[in-house]
Amino acid sequence: MSALLEASAVSKSFGGVKALTDVGFAIDRGEIYGLIGPNGAGKTTLFNLLTGIYASDKGGFVFDGAGLSGLKQHEVAAHGIARTFQNIRLFANLSALENVMIGRHVRTRAGVIGAVLRDRATRAEEAGIERRAAELLEYVGIRGRANDPAGSLAYGDQRRLEIARALATDPKLLALDEPAAGMNASETLALRSLLEHIRKDGMTLLLIEHDMRLVMNVCDRVLVLDHGERIAEGPPAGIQRDPRVIEAYLGGAIAGEGAAA
Amino acid sequence: MSKTLMQWKRHPAVVKAGMAVIALALLALPFALAGIGTTWVRIANLAILYVFLSLGLNIVVGFAGLLDLGYVAFYAVGAYTYALLASPHFNIHWPFWAVLPMGAAVAALFGVLLGAPTLKLRGDYLAIVTLGFGEIVRIFLNNLSQPVNITNGPQGIARIDAFRLGSIDFSRTDTFLGLGFSGPVKYYYFLLVVLLAVIFVNVRLQNSRIGRAWEAIREDEVAARAMGIDTVRIKLLAFAMGASFGGVAGGMFSAIQGFVSPESFVLVESIMVLSMVVLGGMGNIGGVIVGALLLSFVPEILRFTVEPAQQQLFGRTLVEPEVVRMLIFGFALVLVMILRPGGLWPSAVRKRELAARGGALADRAP
Repeated sequence: MSALLEASAVSKSFGGVKALTDVGFAIDRGEIYGLIGPNGAGKTTLFNLLTGIYASDKGGFVFDGAGLSGLKQHEVAAHGIARTFQNIRLFANLSALENVMIGRHVRTRAGVIGAVLRDRATRAEEAGIERRAAELLEYVGIRGRANDPAGSLAYGDQRRLEIARALATDPKLLALDEPAAGMNASETLALRSLLEHIRKDGMTLLLIEHDMRLVMNVCDRVLVLDHGERIAEGPPAGIQRDPRVIEAYLGGAIAGEGAAA
Repeated sequence: MSKTLMQWKRHPAVVKAGMAVIALALLALPFALAGIGTTWVRIANLAILYVFLSLGLNIVVGFAGLLDLGYVAFYAVGAYTYALLASPHFNIHWPFWAVLPMGAAVAALFGVLLGAPTLKLRGDYLAIVTLGFGEIVRIFLNNLSQPVNITNGPQGIARIDAFRLGSIDFSRTDTFLGLGFSGPVKYYYFLLVVLLAVIFVNVRLQNSRIGRAWEAIREDEVAARAMGIDTVRIKLLAFAMGASFGGVAGGMFSAIQGFVSPESFVLVESIMVLSMVVLGGMGNIGGVIVGALLLSFVPEILRFTVEPAQQQLFGRTLVEPEVVRMLIFGFALVLVMILRPGGLWPSAVRKRELAARGGALADRAP
């Protein structure tokens, strides 16, 4: 089976700063693929290149057999990549249900004419949007908060809502940017079981995460970036013992090179 | 308010009866107003035009969250489209039912023209550019009399055709069922019908896939894009839809007044319409209507009461009525914004936003 997402020689610099240099990897269908690295390693830059916020200087992505280069953000979403944000970006004043309903935008069609006439097709589509949104809230376990403003939800629930909203776009790849950030131990545990549940239902996940326990427990394979370069890739067990990874995380002093971390 | 009263107020029979009373009052209004003076029917007509403008601007400002200070430009475009295509100026006399939709379409085109270069701007920056746009349109209207006379410059265009529908001429008085229907009264009923249509379209748009996309852009543009919303298209759609309402209102303004000149489309008009939207309650259709009606009628009522009141009290006019009028008006605006920052009738979303800014902000930080 071919990979769902292939990145080849992806490079990006901002002025003189090389954020990413020749990073390549492949994500298989149905796996949870971790992306880790110290702060400033280029993880979020990679995410932003993947989702069309930036254009790469060199190299690019092939997703489900189609190139992503030159696509705008909304087109990337239409191709089937949904993301969440490191600092939660919900539509805070809208209800939880409305948040997820907005996620259905890209898979529905009604325009101004449909909205005004509200013909049979539009009514059916609207009913479908609402039904699917309610299902997804149920799926992530916050059905009871459907009518509450998203901003009023507990922190862990906001993360769940963001995942529900991303799932509403019917993605083939769900890309999560530090979903466990700011979570306590029990919330992280609940998140882990949700991610495993999503994977079991056939989704492929890309996960940026700082919580190493979560990464090591939930990921099938992990890619490690440091200073914009790929330094290791493989199953979590191997990564944990990789000397280059240990060096990147603990600083060059241990490896005897004298570089500050 | 007690719960039983709330329940009673929502009872379908009560709602129906209330609607019937409002409908009857609206139907009888022009005759009641004509009793005071035909001027008041004209004022009512202008007030309805301001409702159209406010609802149009509400799409851009209230729904999509794009601050537009040049909205009067679309009103002007609609007005001049009508004036040029239904007046002796070019000796073109097309019927209103053809010209009004054209005015809407031309205004929508101008909406896209304004929207396209400003897509990346938000807040203050967008406000400045739209303000400039409004002025550019007015200055063009003022100067497009040379070398080819298109707009007739500052003199404006006069003797614009009134509406004519079959044998009904909106510039004459007809007697029907023993009641005299003057021109302004006929326009009033026409405006009422259009008003219903405009409200209907606005309500439908708000509760639709498009309306949700607008809300998403207002709340968080980055997230909206990541959710697959083509923010360029959706923003331009908001500008075009909002502008088209302004265009229709402009066309009707031309016909009702019979005369247009660039003087009617100054910056203060844009600010007035924005005040109506903000005072009534941004994003809430009912609130915006209330805001537009209040800001249309209250200054007129003051106009007719300030001077007689001074005569009564002091025996002479101490302060110019216009000055007192604007003073009271400005004071009232400030008062409302302090006491009800979300507007007189705020939208649920805006209420949450203000509440969140007040207290819950701390909880949201990770």
